Parts: sequence; C-alpha cells; structure tokens
Amino acid sequence: MTKSHEELPLTPISDSPSTVTPTGKWRVLRPVVDLSKCRKCTLCWKFCPDATIVLVDGYPEIDYVHCKGCGICANECPAKCIEMVREGAE
Amino acid sequence: MRSVMTGNYASAYGAKLARAEVIAAYPITPQTSIVEKLAEFVATGELKARYIPVESEHSAMAACVAASTAGARTYTATSSHGLTLMHEVLMWASGARLPVVMTNVSRAMAPPWSVWVDHMDSVAQRDTGWMEFFCESNQEVLDSIIMAYKICETRGVMLPAMVIEDAFVLSHTSEPVEVPDQHLVDSFLPAYEPEFKIEPGKARGFGSLVKPDQYMEFRYKAMLAMREARDRILRVEQEFKHVFGREYGGLLELYRCDDAEVVLVAAGSVAGTAKDVVDSMRAKGQPVGLARLRVFRPFPHEEFKALARKVSGIAVLDRSYTFGPAGAFFTEIKASACSNKEQPVMKDYIAGLGGRDITPRIIELIFEDMLVVARRGLDSEVEWVDVAGLPRRWR
Amino acid sequence: MEMMTKTTIPAEEFTYPGSTGCPGCGANLVMRYLLKGLGERTIVSIPACCWAVMPGYWPNTCLKVPILYTAFEATGAAISGLRAALDAKGVEDVTVVGFAGDGGTVDIGLQALSGAAERQTDAIYVMYDNEAYMNTGIQRSGSTPWGAWTTTTPVGTSHSFKTEPKKDIMRIMRAHRVPYAATVSVGYPEDFVKKVEKARKVKGLRFIHAYSPCPPGWRMNPARTIEVARLAVDTHMFPLYEIEEGRVRITRKGKGLPVSDYLRLQGRFSHLTEAEAADLQHAVDSAWAELLAEEHPGP
Repeated sequence: MTKSHEELPLTPISDSPSTVTPTGKWRVLRPVVDLSKCRKCTLCWKFCPDATIVLVDGYPEIDYVHCKGCGICANECPAKCIEMVREGAE
Repeated sequence: MRSVMTGNYASAYGAKLARAEVIAAYPITPQTSIVEKLAEFVATGELKARYIPVESEHSAMAACVAASTAGARTYTATSSHGLTLMHEVLMWASGARLPVVMTNVSRAMAPPWSVWVDHMDSVAQRDTGWMEFFCESNQEVLDSIIMAYKICETRGVMLPAMVIEDAFVLSHTSEPVEVPDQHLVDSFLPAYEPEFKIEPGKARGFGSLVKPDQYMEFRYKAMLAMREARDRILRVEQEFKHVFGREYGGLLELYRCDDAEVVLVAAGSVAGTAKDVVDSMRAKGQPVGLARLRVFRPFPHEEFKALARKVSGIAVLDRSYTFGPAGAFFTEIKASACSNKEQPVMKDYIAGLGGRDITPRIIELIFEDMLVVARRGLDSEVEWVDVAGLPRRWR
Repeated sequence: MEMMTKTTIPAEEFTYPGSTGCPGCGANLVMRYLLKGLGERTIVSIPACCWAVMPGYWPNTCLKVPILYTAFEATGAAISGLRAALDAKGVEDVTVVGFAGDGGTVDIGLQALSGAAERQTDAIYVMYDNEAYMNTGIQRSGSTPWGAWTTTTPVGTSHSFKTEPKKDIMRIMRAHRVPYAATVSVGYPEDFVKKVEKARKVKGLRFIHAYSPCPPGWRMNPARTIEVARLAVDTHMFPLYEIEEGRVRITRKGKGLPVSDYLRLQGRFSHLTEAEAADLQHAVDSAWAELLAEEHPGP
C-alpha cells in the first residue's frame, strides 16, 4: 500500500528483513530429504545460496517458505538422500 | 581578522571555519588554489579533516556522498567540466538528501576550450536539486559557505548547495575579506548531527530500489524541502547578520529598484559592476535599478512576481545559453512575471560568454536599450551582446 | 539454528532468506561466505549490479549489516569516502567493503578502484565475477572469458562470441601494489572464508576476486552451480591463489581436468568448435604455467 509522503523517511532507508518475501512460490521442484540416509555432513546447509537450510541436531531442515528449488543441495549431497520432486506432486 | 584574499582562498577559509570533516579534492583550473590551500590547512593541522585526493570529479562527489551518509560534514570544489562530469552524482546527492556543500568556480564549457567565466556549467545543474548561490564578492563567498552548511543541515531541508564564484574575476582577484573568528563560527554553526547515518550495528540500506507506486512521494518530499530552504535561507541570513554584521539581500538583492522604471537582473560579479553603472546613471537622473539574482535555486519566484509588478521593464543578463526560447534566467523570470495579470516589458541579453568582458559601457548600453524598449515596445526578446558580425556596436 | 553442530565454515548467518537472486545464484553465496568471514561490524557499499536489486524493494533488506547503494562507477570512491568519514568520527573496528560486479569493476568502475588502491584506502573490495553485465540481461563485460556467448557477443557470421581475452584484474591489482589480493570460488567455501578472515586483518586496500556462477547467464542448470565452481578451479580456468605483498601463492592446485569438462556444462560455450575449444585449452595451459612460474620464480 502506498505510504503518504508524510510517513516516509527522507530517503528510502531499508531495515525490514527480506523474510517477508515468500520466494518459495518460485519453486518448480522441491527438495525432499530422506533423513534416514542423511550422514549429517552439513554440505547442503553450506551450499544453499539462500540460507534456507538450518541444521537441527546436525540434520537439515528446509524452510519451504523461501526455498527456491535450485537443486544445489540435492546435487551436492554425498549420500544422495535429497530428491528434487515436482512441486505439487505427491 | 581583516585580510586581503582571492575568492578561492575565501572558499578555503570558509570550509575551514565550517570545520569540514571530509574533503574530496580534484584539481581543475581555476579552482586549484582552493584544494591546494585546503591541503595546506590539513597538513599543518589547522584543519582536522580527512583529505581524499580523488582521481576524478565524479569520484570527488561520490566520496562526499558516502562520507556524508556516514555523518561527516563534507566539502569539495570544482569548475566547468569537473562539475558537468559530476552531474549524475549531483542528482544522487540531492536525492539522497545529503547536505554536501561545494564551491563551483563558474567557467565556460568546451569546445572551444575556455578557462574564463560564464555561467553555463552552473546553470546546467539547475535540475539537480542543489541550491545555487551566485556570489558578487569574495566576502560573500566565505560567508555563503558558512551559511550554506547551516541551511543545508536543517532537518526540514537536507539538500546540498553550491556556492558559485566567477572564474578568475573572483577566484583569482584579491579583495578585502573579513575572516570571522573560529569561536564565533562555532557558535553560529553547530556540529553536524543527521537523523539517520550509516553506521556499524544498524542494518539499514540507504538508497534502495523503490517501485513506481512509491517513488513520487520521495520526490514530493524533496520539493517540499527546497520550498522550506527558501525560508531557511532568509532566516539564516538574518541570524548571520546578527552574529557577524553582514547580509546579502536574501534571494534577490534589490539595489535602487524602489523607484526604478527599468531594472537589470544579473548574477555574480558583473552585478557589482552594474551597481556602479546604476549609481552613475542615477546621478544623471535615469530611473534604473539592479536586481542581483543571488539564489537561483530555490528560485525567487515570489520576489520576481513582486518586482514585475513594480517596474515597466526588466532586462535580464544571461551569462549562459541553453538553447531554449531565451536564456535560462530570462525564461524562468518571465514565467514568474507571467503569474501576474500584467507583465512589464522584458528583454534577454546574452552576454559575457567564455569570459568576454562585460564593461560598464556595455551595461550602460543595455540599460539605455531597455529604457527605449520599455517605452516603445520590444524589438526582439533576445539579443546577443557584443558578438562580432552582428549589426549593433557595444564598444 | 542450534549451534552445536560442527561446521567447516562459521555457522552464524548474516543474510536473510527472501533475497530476489535467481535460484542457484553464485553471487548469493559470495555474499553469504564473505559476511561469515567478516562478521557484523561491516558496512557494504553496493553499486548498480545484481546485488543492488537482490536485497529487495524498499523497505526490505536481506543483510544483517548496513548497505550504502551508490551510482555504478562509484564503488572505489564510495569506500574511500566511507572510511574517511568513519575515521573522522572516530568509529573504530569496522570493515568497509565495496561489493561490485565484474562490469562495475573492470570496466566502468576501474578508475575509482585504481584511485582507491593507489590511495591505499583501508577497505576490502570484492568483485563478484559472473563474467558479464548480468543485472541488465547478460551483456559482455571486460571480464567475459574468451569464447563466451553473451547478448552483445552473439554467435553469427559477421559477429562472433567474445574474442577478446578476459581482463586480468588480479594482475592490475598487483601492479597497484595492494597488500593482499586473492581469488575465491563458491565451490571452495573453506578456502573462501579463510582468505576473507585473513584479508580482514590486513590494513590497506584488499582485493577479492570471487568466482560467481550465474545459471541464467551461463545457460546452465542451477543445481550445478557448485559443481561448475569446482570445475573452474580443477580445469585451471579460475585458479585459486593469493598475492600477498606481491608474492603469488596458489592455494589449491586443482586436478588439472580438461577444460571441456567445464565447458560442456554451460550453454554459453556450446557453439565452440573443437578447434576453438582446443585453442581455449592451450590458452588456459599457458596461463596456468605462467602462474606456476610466478609462484616459483626461476633462478
């Protein structure tokens, strides 16, 4: 919604985290992790360009609100436990 | 302290007294002695500033913009091609609402190469959102820099300003200048404390991308700021007069205009010559006056509307040419005058380009011509003065 | 995220998800690794480039550090101005960073970078190199490698792919006698962060040349960004080395794989004939030999 000029700072100063942008909507493919095969190597966390993977007890937890589905995690996983699945498929 | 100094030294002393904290410096004739003098001040410790010897004028202004965003009081100086090279960043400085102050030593544009005075470079920046102060004397240069910081740094203004000296005529000519005491300047001009600055620990982005649905509101705010600057300029000048005893007539200095039939509008050092001509013509009973355009941005719209109601003829001396219907000053003055129901006769004189001397005799002839057309009607709205090959003789 | 898990690079994040970078964007990783190495007391100056847009529209930002957005060619001047102001104000223990693309560095930004380097401005200049003007739609820059397709070096009969060699920004920086310069690749984050941490401790103008794959611009599968980044090093297309006080040190020798392994993953090279690819291999071999020689100068 357009803010009135009176509500604006002098110049556009940005301080609101970008997490408000749901880039997960861009996805065509979604990464699905088979935790039973995961070796906790942390590579998926390390290589995610958007920092949408967090490590919980060493295992990856994917933030699907923001994950863009690039497939880097699946490609890099040495255990091959991440599969890129068509978004919306079962 | 009473001294005798050039306009360039007056600029340097102005920046020093204003306690500029970051100075970006790139040399160009005839500004060089400003950056040289400032280098001296910094080297001796007289001025505690960071001096950045940048590698171009574009970088000079870019460095000032960055430093100003981080909360430092910044200064630079340039001329002609240096100023036009900065053009993109001038727009940035005003859009970013930064109180950068700069001296422009107004000099003609090339080709042909010219190091001498005209106002083309300064006038070409009128769209950038910078305030523009045209000075008549070296004293005014020094005083205007100090006043400029106070005006620019006002919360409701936060726009940059250029103080303009005529090339060689002011920049390299010595005049008596009263250099104010530092403690007096400190009492008049407090330290720069911006509302927002870029600093570690506060994750803010300055100058982000804005969609069409919000851009206009930022521009509107800048317009309001320039409007506020108008009033602020007048108030700061009164405060300055109270502390230092000097004033300069506001945005449009009226010299013997009260009972004038015909008035000449001029900016810069030539206005001083014109005041002398007014005196000698008045002594002969001719009803003439001089309106010195001191502030070009914000434009003295109200002042020109009022002046146009009082006189029969307005002659405008444009020391630049911008390929419009007439000179830049004339076009804007005429627009203001046309806000009234009736207008005086108005004529534009393009003169003094590339350092061509505007002599007292030329000014006298302009006045005489204007007196004639004010009574008999315009011959042509624009006349180029003292151009070889044109029929009229001016010397 | 719980911090108990042992990671090979610092765990703390200084970027938020939600940046508008493309899926698989190498530049996203460059910033992520850079800030892991520099920490919170960092100010980043960003000119026109992909990263001017990636933090999002006002009022959003995807960084946990302040950003100064500037005009295109101004990065070198802006970092000089920032450092001068911080010094004037007595603000200590802050890393000033200029973060610009390849076009904004080797082409339009070269003058200002040269000035900052010559003035020994105390800042880190990071050039993230996606090898073209990507933000404006894949036009060639001085950093586009020989042989690459771009929109302004399209392949045709009268106008071919880029036939000029890639500008050697590292050697330009070396000629400026900067105290520290290094190449880094998103394919090797540990090497990347180590170099950043090292650079942080040096005074003066430090230069980081960051290899940054661009899936749309390079016509490649975004899932293979890291793979391509490793291949660039392993084929010697983009060697990993440091220049410290003028001395070259290679930090990763790479396996010496054929350049064709690297080229085949990217559509921007798909037009190259066998002869052209052979020329490229030859050029890469010569450049690698030169670098090795610089590391071990002869008797």
